[in-house]
Amino acid sequence: MSADTTVPAEPLPVPGRERRRDPLLRMIALARPRGSRFALGVLLGAAATGAGIALLGLAAWMLAIAADHPPITALGVAVVATRALGVGRGVARYLERLVTHDAAFRTLAEVRVRVYERLAATEPFGRFRSGDLVSRLVNDTEATLDLLVRGLTPPLVSVVTGGATVLFLTVLHAPGGILLAAGLLLAGFAVPLAAAALGRGPGRRQAGARGELSTALVDTLHGAPDLVAYGAMERQVERVNAADAELTRLARGDSALLGLGAGASALITGLTVWGALFLGVAAVEGGALDAVSLAVMVLTTLAAFEIVAPLPAVAARMGAIRAGGARLFGVLDTPAGTAPPTRTGLDTRGDATVRIRDLRVRYGPEEPWALDGVDLEVPAGWTVAVIGPSGAGKSTLASVLLRFRDPDGGLVEIGGEDVTAYPADEVRGLVSGVPQDPHVFASTLRENLRLARPGADDGELWEALRRARLADEVAAMPRGLDTQVGTHGLGLSGGMVQRLALARAVLAAPRVLVLDEPTAHLDPDTRDAVVEDLLAAVEGFSTLLVTHDLTGLDRVDRIYVVRDGRVLQRGTHEELSRQEGWYRDVAAG
Amino acid sequence: MKPLDPRLVRTAGAVRTHLAVSVASGVLITGLILAQAWLLARAISGAWRGEGLDTLGWVVGSVAAIAVLRALLSYLAETSALHSAARTKSQLRRRLVAHVTGSGRVWTAQPGSDTDQGPPRAGELVTLATRGLDALDDYFARYLPQLVLAAIVPLAVLVVVFWADWISGAVVLVTLPLIPVFMALIGVHTQQRTERQWRMLSRLGGHFLDVVEGLPTLAVFRRAKAQASILRGVGEEHRRATMGTLRIAFLSAFALELLSTLAVALVAVEVGLRLLGGHMDYQTALLVLILAPEAYLPLREVGARFHASVEGVAAAEQVFAELDRGRDAAGGVPGEGTGGVPAPPPATGRPAPAAAGDIRFEGVELLHPGRDVPALSGLDLEVGAGEHLLLTGPSGAGKTTLLSLLLRLTEPTRGRISVRAPGGRWEPLDAVPADDWRLGTAWVPQHPYLFDVSVADNIRLGAPEASMDRVREAARLAEADAFVSALPDGYHTRLGERGARLSAGQRQRIALARAMCRDAPLVLLDEPTAHLDPENAAAVRTAVTRLLEGRTAVIVAHDSGWAREAFGDTLRTASLPLPTQEGSVSR
Repeated sequence: MSADTTVPAEPLPVPGRERRRDPLLRMIALARPRGSRFALGVLLGAAATGAGIALLGLAAWMLAIAADHPPITALGVAVVATRALGVGRGVARYLERLVTHDAAFRTLAEVRVRVYERLAATEPFGRFRSGDLVSRLVNDTEATLDLLVRGLTPPLVSVVTGGATVLFLTVLHAPGGILLAAGLLLAGFAVPLAAAALGRGPGRRQAGARGELSTALVDTLHGAPDLVAYGAMERQVERVNAADAELTRLARGDSALLGLGAGASALITGLTVWGALFLGVAAVEGGALDAVSLAVMVLTTLAAFEIVAPLPAVAARMGAIRAGGARLFGVLDTPAGTAPPTRTGLDTRGDATVRIRDLRVRYGPEEPWALDGVDLEVPAGWTVAVIGPSGAGKSTLASVLLRFRDPDGGLVEIGGEDVTAYPADEVRGLVSGVPQDPHVFASTLRENLRLARPGADDGELWEALRRARLADEVAAMPRGLDTQVGTHGLGLSGGMVQRLALARAVLAAPRVLVLDEPTAHLDPDTRDAVVEDLLAAVEGFSTLLVTHDLTGLDRVDRIYVVRDGRVLQRGTHEELSRQEGWYRDVAAG
Repeated sequence: MKPLDPRLVRTAGAVRTHLAVSVASGVLITGLILAQAWLLARAISGAWRGEGLDTLGWVVGSVAAIAVLRALLSYLAETSALHSAARTKSQLRRRLVAHVTGSGRVWTAQPGSDTDQGPPRAGELVTLATRGLDALDDYFARYLPQLVLAAIVPLAVLVVVFWADWISGAVVLVTLPLIPVFMALIGVHTQQRTERQWRMLSRLGGHFLDVVEGLPTLAVFRRAKAQASILRGVGEEHRRATMGTLRIAFLSAFALELLSTLAVALVAVEVGLRLLGGHMDYQTALLVLILAPEAYLPLREVGARFHASVEGVAAAEQVFAELDRGRDAAGGVPGEGTGGVPAPPPATGRPAPAAAGDIRFEGVELLHPGRDVPALSGLDLEVGAGEHLLLTGPSGAGKTTLLSLLLRLTEPTRGRISVRAPGGRWEPLDAVPADDWRLGTAWVPQHPYLFDVSVADNIRLGAPEASMDRVREAARLAEADAFVSALPDGYHTRLGERGARLSAGQRQRIALARAMCRDAPLVLLDEPTAHLDPENAAAVRTAVTRLLEGRTAVIVAHDSGWAREAFGDTLRTASLPLPTQEGSVSR
């Protein structure tokens, strides 16, 4: 069992042809390394379903024989076989579920790694901005499990068992076999597919109404204080009720359509049994069939519809699973933001002056320039602030320096070396910092810190915490560095998260620090304190501070005002405050 | 967990209808199952006796009729189930909405505060009221009717089998009750084991999300690639732990399958041997054989649809928990328990004159239920008509809480707030109808909420009858007219979820326009420029200066320089200290 747990997960291939394939097929392709396990699962499933049908067929044969009162030895084998089938069915079903789930979980573990490696290789962080996207991406990855266990195995089991049963009946009495084949195909494939297709209309119709309702609800609950303060709550509840009434009206109208599937399945099942009986009785009368075979044929047909029972649920789920797969591959197919490196061996010990010349970046050939010819210099050991309104291109500058993306033009030099030619990880040995919305991992404070320098001892960790002015607070925690900081850093205040991220950046000990909006989302009181501590902590690094507010800017060595992707002004706080222009206008208050 | 929550039946009238329909169709379906079994047995044995289609014609024809009837019945049952589900969802949703927005609910002016006083997990409630309740579709259409069948069919089959052959009846009678017993035993065991493993499973399951979310951070520190092998190890651990649980969880299904199939096999062998010995006729034997599996089928189906039940019941339970929670909390609403205060007269629909007058706080304290430290304590403060009061103080001093009190979102737990209309006498604030009082106030919170309706409707939130001209004028005064006019449909542009179309500064200006449009004598401002870039902050300041002209105002602001400059002698500053039992305001 453990021998094949270390199948190397090769990164997902993304040639153009691959991209156009059905996401369902691409998801199933992810399970290929576990093909033999799934095949075993299908065989066991077929054995279980088959045992149930065979039991009834065999019992019918036994009764029909017994009706003619032969000697008891005529039934000997059948009696034993019937009991064996009775036990075998349950055992096979149990094993089937274990084998398929095990294979699916193995596949899921591999798919996670492959998805992760693909993300780590392309770093599509621009799309990470919406937290919603990340959790959906994770859910869509997990949907692979759903597809494999509930979407792939049942149809394959149906095909195997259905085929075998039809073959058996055809041998017994050809018209009966053909009838069953038609019935199974209709009830197992045609009706579920048609029902799923019919359901798409109501799904679309209701999706609009559902969206309207959910928006109204979001507005009501999140905007409740505003609604109460402005006396608008009653009107808002009316809006919710109107949306609810519309959705309910649509749902009630559509229920007649959605019930068709259930009705059609029942009709086909009943009529096939009737057909088998009719054909059989006529054949016995005409001498083409013996009475024993009639009993076997009718009862087998009656039992056979168990084969297709799980299929309507599968068809109903497929749409959602396919949509999840499309979303998943949509993110995974994002091309990498940086080109392959042309050089290696970046010297990280030299002069840590950052020099940016005529930097141009845009997010697509049709997009406007996010950075449109920016010149900027951070002399070694200086702290330089980049300020400007949101959307000015400040964060794009940070992501170029952290090598999350390549510039479309211009030069980015550190210590005289063009860093865009080197592998991202080499550059990040030189440049590190705090990305926008730094993540706190669900682990201990120690592990969160050691991320930045895996070999660091406790002395070094405390030193970093001291520099970020977090040491006293951590020392006051009962478990100190072993404190669990929980999912999303719950249990840490916004200010503590930023200080932790700062301590991490300091611990990594790069030459250049890039701090992307380290005070975003902090309340004003905390913000001042964090900026204060931050400016003290970055002493000795070449630091680029990207920010949208003016707190502490009188203490940095140089300020660049960036707007619409261009540098508008540069100078110290004193110089800019005296100068006519944007900085003085907005800082005046 | 109960398969059918009695509260659900009591609360939602549609559920009762649905149950009645399910029982009726269940009885009919049972009848059809029995009839079909008898007809099949009759036809097969008849053909064996040498009867042809001319004798058996009516039997075979009846089987076709039963097929059509059953189809019709399942169509009607499914349709009616979805119908009922839609109605039940609507009934529950409306109760939920009425409940969470109704009086007695305590809101605060604090956005995303970490107290649990705010909107109770609003996101969770929205999910519950929409996608969560959708679980009831399957519950109604698939689970409940099957549950009814599971109660009726086995009994009916048992009676018929007993009547036809008491030995087979005994086999069914013995095995049938074993199924629920075994399932319950295994279920209890599984639950204990699952609960023990649940924490580990959810920790392992959450790991992937944690790592993907933290990928930018990992990349910065060059740890991204190293995480892949950790991820692989965790995935393997997750699989092993899950399979350990599943191996036991699947046992209940195993017991069900094993018992039901084995019982059929036993019946078949027993019937076969007695037929052989001449103790039974062929038709009866066939009838028993065809009916025996039918006794177990509904039970198996119910087991297979267990998920639908769990999700549906869980959704309903969440709704009821929410409805109950409010009931408990409503008993403890501050202000209700203080006693002695006469209920304020009913709202008049006109702004309270006192909002244009003076306000006085005397020893005001607010202690949120379940908290040791008050949010505000020992507050003595006066705001004169026309005065602009700037509130400063450290984080946690209760600045925003003070605004909540003035908005009547909460009531003080101790002390008194009095108001005096121009030329009138002091009266307690809680003697003024809250709705009238709020008509006289305009509020601009730190993070104003914009609704997914048109810009114009957002601006006239507090003045629904306002004309387009008045809306436009309010926007112009709030420095919002230019960017609103540039939107694709101008003032009729829908703003998207939470005003996603606009930047933080633009949202703030819409909120200011909202306050302008309200045209109230008392204005409450909470950090109007806190999260804005300098350019937007400047525009907001201009708008604030215009808004406050000629109005009384309480402003919570962090940087106060501009306010001093803008308002000069109408501005007074008060600094709130951190609340203690003895805290008071220093001038």
